[in-house]
Amino acid sequence: MTLTPKKQQEIEAVARQIRVDIVEMVHAAACGHPGGPLGMADFMATLWVEHMGIEPGNLHDPKRDRFVLGNGHTCAGLYAVLAHKGIIPREMLKSFRKLGSPLQGHPHKNPELGIDMSTGSLGTGLSTAQGMALAAKINGWPTRVYVTSSDGESEEGQIWEAATSAAHYGLANLTVLVDFNNIQIDGVMREVMDVRDLREKYAAFGWHAIDVDGHDIAAIDAALCAAREETARPSALICHTTIGKGVSFMEGKASWHGVAPNDAEAQEALAELSV
Amino acid sequence: MAQANLRYFGLPPSPPLIGARLRPPQGTRPALQELLEALGTSEYNAGPDQRPSAGFFRNPSLPIRRVTSTLTPPAVQVAATRDAYGVALAELGKDNPEIIVLDADLSGSTRTKTFAQAFPKRFFNMGVAESNMMGTAAGLAAMGKVVFASSFAMFAAGKAWEPIRQTVCIPNLNVKICATHAGLTVGEDGKSHQMLEDLALMQVLPNMTVIVPADSIEAKLAIRAVAAHDGPVYVRLSRAKTPVIFDEDYVFKIGRGTQVRAGNDLALVACGVELSAALEAAEILAAEGVNARVINMATIKPLDKDILVAAARDCGAVLTAEEHQAIGGLGSAVSQLLAHHAPVPIEVVGVRDSFGESATADQLLEKYGLDAQSIASRSRDLLRRKNA
Ligand SMILES: Cc1ncc(C[n+]2csc(CCOP(=O)(O)OP(=O)(O)O)c2C)c(N)n1
Repeated sequence: MTLTPKKQQEIEAVARQIRVDIVEMVHAAACGHPGGPLGMADFMATLWVEHMGIEPGNLHDPKRDRFVLGNGHTCAGLYAVLAHKGIIPREMLKSFRKLGSPLQGHPHKNPELGIDMSTGSLGTGLSTAQGMALAAKINGWPTRVYVTSSDGESEEGQIWEAATSAAHYGLANLTVLVDFNNIQIDGVMREVMDVRDLREKYAAFGWHAIDVDGHDIAAIDAALCAAREETARPSALICHTTIGKGVSFMEGKASWHGVAPNDAEAQEALAELSV
Repeated sequence: MAQANLRYFGLPPSPPLIGARLRPPQGTRPALQELLEALGTSEYNAGPDQRPSAGFFRNPSLPIRRVTSTLTPPAVQVAATRDAYGVALAELGKDNPEIIVLDADLSGSTRTKTFAQAFPKRFFNMGVAESNMMGTAAGLAAMGKVVFASSFAMFAAGKAWEPIRQTVCIPNLNVKICATHAGLTVGEDGKSHQMLEDLALMQVLPNMTVIVPADSIEAKLAIRAVAAHDGPVYVRLSRAKTPVIFDEDYVFKIGRGTQVRAGNDLALVACGVELSAALEAAEILAAEGVNARVINMATIKPLDKDILVAAARDCGAVLTAEEHQAIGGLGSAVSQLLAHHAPVPIEVVGVRDSFGESATADQLLEKYGLDAQSIASRSRDLLRRKNA
């Protein structure tokens, strides 16, 4: 099924709002990670608007879909999308990273807020998502489990342990979306520690693996549809993105992995995003 | 028993330090100045996760300044122990061509980048793969290299614990695990990044030496000592800028505790960032007529038995303070030792069986009872028990 132009516009608008929220949250916190989630905003919006079965109304339904943010440092984007869904109150976004806030610097499992797993230590997300997918399969539930990962996280050995076992157990209800922006903390991924061709790697591990332009909403949607149609293997969407996407001075720069914009930078970023 | 020369500590000392010179901050001497300048002008000071925290202490009467390259007489110098690590590594690289440094995609934050830039051929970024890094370190050490391996404490000690046990400690190899961003003072990154269990995980390992420097001066000296030491070492370093306590005359020795304040009413035994808090608590208590001895216990393993037994015998009560779980760290080690050799009432100040959370370092130290006021209040409890 292809997206209607109206749907596509809706997703684009949500992605824009996510980006605005990310900049505002990280700026208000005066710390945090803006680059990664800005790059992920298009696939997060497509996933959550069109595919993810998590709504305010089914939050406590055990059979609902699940989501794990494997690259937990990008949680500003998750909180923004949950606010868009009406699962967390918009007001709460302002408390990000502050004392007493449920919106921790890395996600903390919270059933009331649709945060299904605690993350922050890279390499753990795919394993926990696999466990959820396995439980759903055991129970015969229609639950789909979506998990994000990244090129940097793909350097962790545990990712490949999970990749091996998820394929071994034929977890077709599991989909990983890898934020492949060629940036990690110490610089350009190809120079720091090259993970090479992730689509080929996941395919070699027995996955249904697809390369996708992580800023092309129609392409992302088509890949997510293909993942849902797959009946035997887990799916990996290697989403090729640009870190900092939407804010010109952050785009492509490792230095925006984990630093907050100052007042002037935040203003400039918000001005760019509102056009 | 060693008595340290204190460089500066916020309030005037009372009673006067025995054998110690408390120098006014203007008395900064060349060696110290050099280190502080190296730290202050390090380009990594402006690194991504280096937004300065407002101040380390809650006590507003204690003026805190950031270290800057121009050392116009500051009230209290502050510097992060991780910065001293970077400076020390770069110096050591010149002295010893066998030193190899590994990092796991955090070289800017751990400061190994200082070494990487000076000695690019002897630095290897292993990517986000801590277990692999420790195994590689062990192999390099087995071939005669002196290996420094760094990441955040959470991932170095936590993620890679079993590889450390199997490949570093069992074969007793020359690997120096220098882990930064330990404890609550990591701040806003929250519980996934606030390592409060590393002292437990590391001191339980046979062959492992465990060191927690209290300030940047001690950190630099400790790194030199560690490089010269044969065998596995874990060094716990901090992200936050904390007061510079020691004078450049301070002599660091692995396995030796240091008395930094004289007193006989109770002994405050602290490590890492808690030494500043303990010293401040001692001043609060002094104003109430209580003279606390303060001991810096930079080496958690092997513990300095002599200084602890003497403190227990002289003071009759011991409080320990650490930025770690109250279970399994300094307090546990000291309690176990004193239970055998000099049983006295003991109070363990640490995080009480909980994870941390996102907030500023100062807010967390207060909330989790690790600030000077908390140590003073727990000291009063301890004195009541001692005198009961
Ligand atoms: C196990 C573990 N090691 C190290 C870190 C510190 N860390 C956080 S993000 C990151 C780099 C991750 O790369 P990537 O997700 O590709 O970064 P981005 O594209 O978002 O900048 C590292 C090393 C961590 N969170 N967990």
